[in-house]
Amino acid sequence: MTSVPIYRLHQVHHRLSSTFSLTIGDWQHAQGETLCLVGPTGAGKTTFLRSLTGLTEIQGGSIEFEGRQWSAGLGTLTEVRQIALVPQRPLLLSRSVRANLEYGLRLRGLRADDRVAQLLSCLGLERLAEKSAQHLSGGQIQLVALGRALVLQPKVLLLDEPAANLDPAFVALIEQVLDDWRRRYQTTLIWATHNMFQAQRVADRVAMFLNGQIVEVSDREKFFQHPDDPRTQDFVQGKMVC
Amino acid sequence: MDALRHEIWPIVSLSVLVSTTAVMLSCVLGMPLGAWLGLSAMRGKSIFQALAFAGMATPPVVVGLVLYLLLSRSGPLGDWRWLFTGKAMIFAQVILDLPFVICITMTAVESLPEELRFQLRSLGATPWQLRWTLLSESREGLMLAVITAMGRSLSEVGAVLMVGGNIEGHTRVLTTAILLETSRGRFAVALSLGAILMTMALMINILFVRLQKRYPR
Repeated sequence: MTSVPIYRLHQVHHRLSSTFSLTIGDWQHAQGETLCLVGPTGAGKTTFLRSLTGLTEIQGGSIEFEGRQWSAGLGTLTEVRQIALVPQRPLLLSRSVRANLEYGLRLRGLRADDRVAQLLSCLGLERLAEKSAQHLSGGQIQLVALGRALVLQPKVLLLDEPAANLDPAFVALIEQVLDDWRRRYQTTLIWATHNMFQAQRVADRVAMFLNGQIVEVSDREKFFQHPDDPRTQDFVQGKMVC
Repeated sequence: MDALRHEIWPIVSLSVLVSTTAVMLSCVLGMPLGAWLGLSAMRGKSIFQALAFAGMATPPVVVGLVLYLLLSRSGPLGDWRWLFTGKAMIFAQVILDLPFVICITMTAVESLPEELRFQLRSLGATPWQLRWTLLSESREGLMLAVITAMGRSLSEVGAVLMVGGNIEGHTRVLTTAILLETSRGRFAVALSLGAILMTMALMINILFVRLQKRYPR
């Protein structure tokens, strides 16, 4: 881990609608660390992830990426290309699975046939490689979306419920692939999940989101064993929080 | 009839030349413009869109009349000496095809989910790469634009008659020849020319359907 945090947010305010805003007081994240974002539906996890892409304009506060401040939350192309997002509902191009995996590389004028082949194999997509992405199941789409992000070897991988549509065997596969990737490339993972067991398996730290705010962020052990905030306690115990 | 057979080839070839040139020019101009209108978030966009849609309803004879006045010797474009030439016919057809190409491209690009743009940008697309990818994703719509423009060009009569003049061996195309033969009362000849025109339109559409199947979305 480096001493400079990969992200540092200060008084960030992002107004999404008249009824919902994201408000982050102070938050920073170390390089190579895995943070899981948990919280009820509509708590702001997706909005938070999107604000970390460098593509979403914020109305207040500051976001620093590797020590450089983004103007109004917007990163430069070079910075944006070091971050990859796996969205909750990925939209693939109407091309083959292989072409979808290669898309980000082509944007950068790169070819990495070995890496593409390796990911097709790791994610069990080899036999679908030449098939049109329009004919894939929801789970397969999720795997291709993960593959097209991983192939770029980003510094930061933002994951928005990447295993939501997958059966348990594929969930285990994704966790294994991501763990291998993180170890090999020191990738920073910020991972939104509804699955508490998954958060316990993969996270170094866990952040609890509620009403567009982080109500608690702590190490995994502390978060699940001795949370400070009563709302976190309730949420961890499976109770309704609002 | 023999003389007519000698006439038919130049008429058919000129029809194909004028129509394909007009369609190509309309696509080169109209597709980037349509994509820009579809993707732009600028103020006054709806005015441009309304103008483009209104353009689809422009009567060909009105376009023909305006172009006739512009291209006639005393008109502002009289120095070009385009009146009663193939260039004037292509010019008229481009003006008539352009709104269709713009509107169909714009609608095709706009119909792609907004979320796709965000996801492509998150994969590192520059604004130009994003536009190119979205156009590629709209390829069914773009093919429809080409088919529509081609159909309109091949069947156009009012404007090309006014600015082309239906001069034998020079500016006579299938539609204007059908009109002439009908006015002469030579219905069999007019029907034969009509059958050629319909066959051409059918062949072009079969070609595009095959292309759509080969490069599906």
